[in-house]
Amino acid sequence: MNDQPAVAVRFRDVSRHFGDVKAVDHLNLDIYDKEFFSLLGPSGSGKTTSLRLIAGFEHPSEGVIELYGQNVTRLPPYERDVNTVFQDYALFPHMNIWQNIAYGLMVKKVPKKEREIRVADVLEMVRLKGLEKRKPSQLSGGQRQRVALARALVNHPHVLLLDEPLGALDLKLRQQMQIELKAIQQRVGITFIYVTHDQEEALTMSDRLAVFNHGKIEQVGTPSEVYENPATSFVASFVGISNILSGAAAEKITGSAQPFSIRPEKIRICPPDSTVSDDSCGINGTVRDVIYLGVNTRYLIEIGDGIDINVVQQNLEATSMDVLAARGRPVKLIWQKTHNRHVINEG
Amino acid sequence: MMATITRRPSITRRISTFFYHYPGLSLFLLLLPPLAWLLIVYIGSLAALLVQSFYTIDPMSMLVKEEFTLSTYEELFTAANIDVIKRTVYLAAAVTVGCAVLAFPLAYYMARYANRRIKGLLYLAVMLPLWSSYLVRVYAWRLILVKEGVINSVFEQLGLGSVVEWVIDRPYIGGTGTSLASTYLGMFLVFVYIWLPYMILPIHAALERVPKSLIDASSDLGARPGYTFRRVIFPLAFPGVVAGSIFTFSLTLGDYIVARVIGNSVFYIGPAVSSNLSFNIPLSAAFTVVSVVIMVIYLLIARRLGAFDAL
Repeated sequence: MNDQPAVAVRFRDVSRHFGDVKAVDHLNLDIYDKEFFSLLGPSGSGKTTSLRLIAGFEHPSEGVIELYGQNVTRLPPYERDVNTVFQDYALFPHMNIWQNIAYGLMVKKVPKKEREIRVADVLEMVRLKGLEKRKPSQLSGGQRQRVALARALVNHPHVLLLDEPLGALDLKLRQQMQIELKAIQQRVGITFIYVTHDQEEALTMSDRLAVFNHGKIEQVGTPSEVYENPATSFVASFVGISNILSGAAAEKITGSAQPFSIRPEKIRICPPDSTVSDDSCGINGTVRDVIYLGVNTRYLIEIGDGIDINVVQQNLEATSMDVLAARGRPVKLIWQKTHNRHVINEG
Repeated sequence: MMATITRRPSITRRISTFFYHYPGLSLFLLLLPPLAWLLIVYIGSLAALLVQSFYTIDPMSMLVKEEFTLSTYEELFTAANIDVIKRTVYLAAAVTVGCAVLAFPLAYYMARYANRRIKGLLYLAVMLPLWSSYLVRVYAWRLILVKEGVINSVFEQLGLGSVVEWVIDRPYIGGTGTSLASTYLGMFLVFVYIWLPYMILPIHAALERVPKSLIDASSDLGARPGYTFRRVIFPLAFPGVVAGSIFTFSLTLGDYIVARVIGNSVFYIGPAVSSNLSFNIPLSAAFTVVSVVIMVIYLLIARRLGAFDAL
């Protein structure tokens, strides 16, 4: 029995330099077959370059890239069994929607009959039936996004690459497309590699994700692993909000200067004279600011030396009047020690 | 208590505010001069031309008879004049194709590969000839092409003088005289030289507007570079080629200098217009109407070919 899934994409010590800039720096990564995998990171972190390396638009300065065990390092894009959904959609403006979607099939000289069936199939999947004759300029952003998806999927690639495909859509449409994309991925059963800077998007959709920073991967794991056990202070602060405490502040709380992170939703705000049990941490502070967010409220608690701790509380009973009145109040913050996560602080 | 000081806003500020509230009026005032120019000077003179072409010349007094007649067009469509028109159209078409073939690779290189410095230098190289007088450049070409000129002497030095003679004797590219300066080929070379910048610049502009991601997308979908060029790059740059060809075609169609300095002493539309001006204005006008009609037909064909689809 071999329950290890096949590796769809493998980076072996891949670097890509642009002059002095190391866009991707000694990258090692396995992405498995049929996986929804996200490359998450801020702009300039190397995630898009990594995607372009898989597509073949960029070639590594060093290292090897494999697709299903085949070395594709030097192969041009048109020799690779992957397709891309571009950030700006890159639809051909001089072709109508049908011609755009059929482009890959025309290139591969797929017979007319089959071509028509396959284009009709994907048009149905992305719910664009009836728009075949339109030009891209006559569609809305959301519709163009679907055309770009259909144009890639119609080729039945083994791996679909998506470069921030929802970036230009408004929030509601984006959330709707996130669910739809995930459903389509499960339906067609192929590997999706998804580049995004939106940590919520990555957490929502991915089976696994890699967090990029400065051309390197900080952590690879499932969304819950990455969120609950951030490996580095960068991951802790980039994926969700975290309080990262180190040095004197950490020593004051835990008795050790080793840096750790604590999620704002794990912290309770208590009266200043509350007692702290052995399995908990506690620290006194003053409410410096209160940000009312509707569903919940974010508090900034100053614990001395100009250090703030973020606390998020659900507005279960509280009204905005109640929470805003907390400004300037002395409080004690208490949380269970088990929620502390030691992180590597690269400063 | 502080006294509030109210001051009347300055006159310029009040004028600005006035126009801000009447955007239609400011647009009207802005467009008035160019529209007046277009309507009176441009369209007006074209209309006058059209009217003139329907007059005729009185053979006795040699004066223009101002009454409607088609006799000028009868005169225009004689075999000799139809030859003039056909010859001019062929030449203009050949020049246009020649310019496009030379311009496209250079424009492509400038748009896709050249870095800022090289692009600037190439821009300069393309524009530089336009800074000097057109007449000087045409006469310079005459010196290059004549029997004592550079081309001839180079070929003679190489012992290939007979090649030049062979070319001069060819029908369609050759001519009647004894030097390249009096051949169709000579005219073609000079026209391609003087109009080339007008082809390079619009093609370059069109290629600059093709996003890199479209080329990536095409190759991502399995297309090799040749296919991408034929199906994506060229169709999107085609409006630029058409824009350039409108210049090269119409400028060649109307030119009356090159045919005199370089030509093989046969007639073209331009010289026909200018030489008829002094004694048969209606015929000149009719010749000009012909080139306008040819341009209209040309643009209709271009639209048919999808030249304006990507605009």
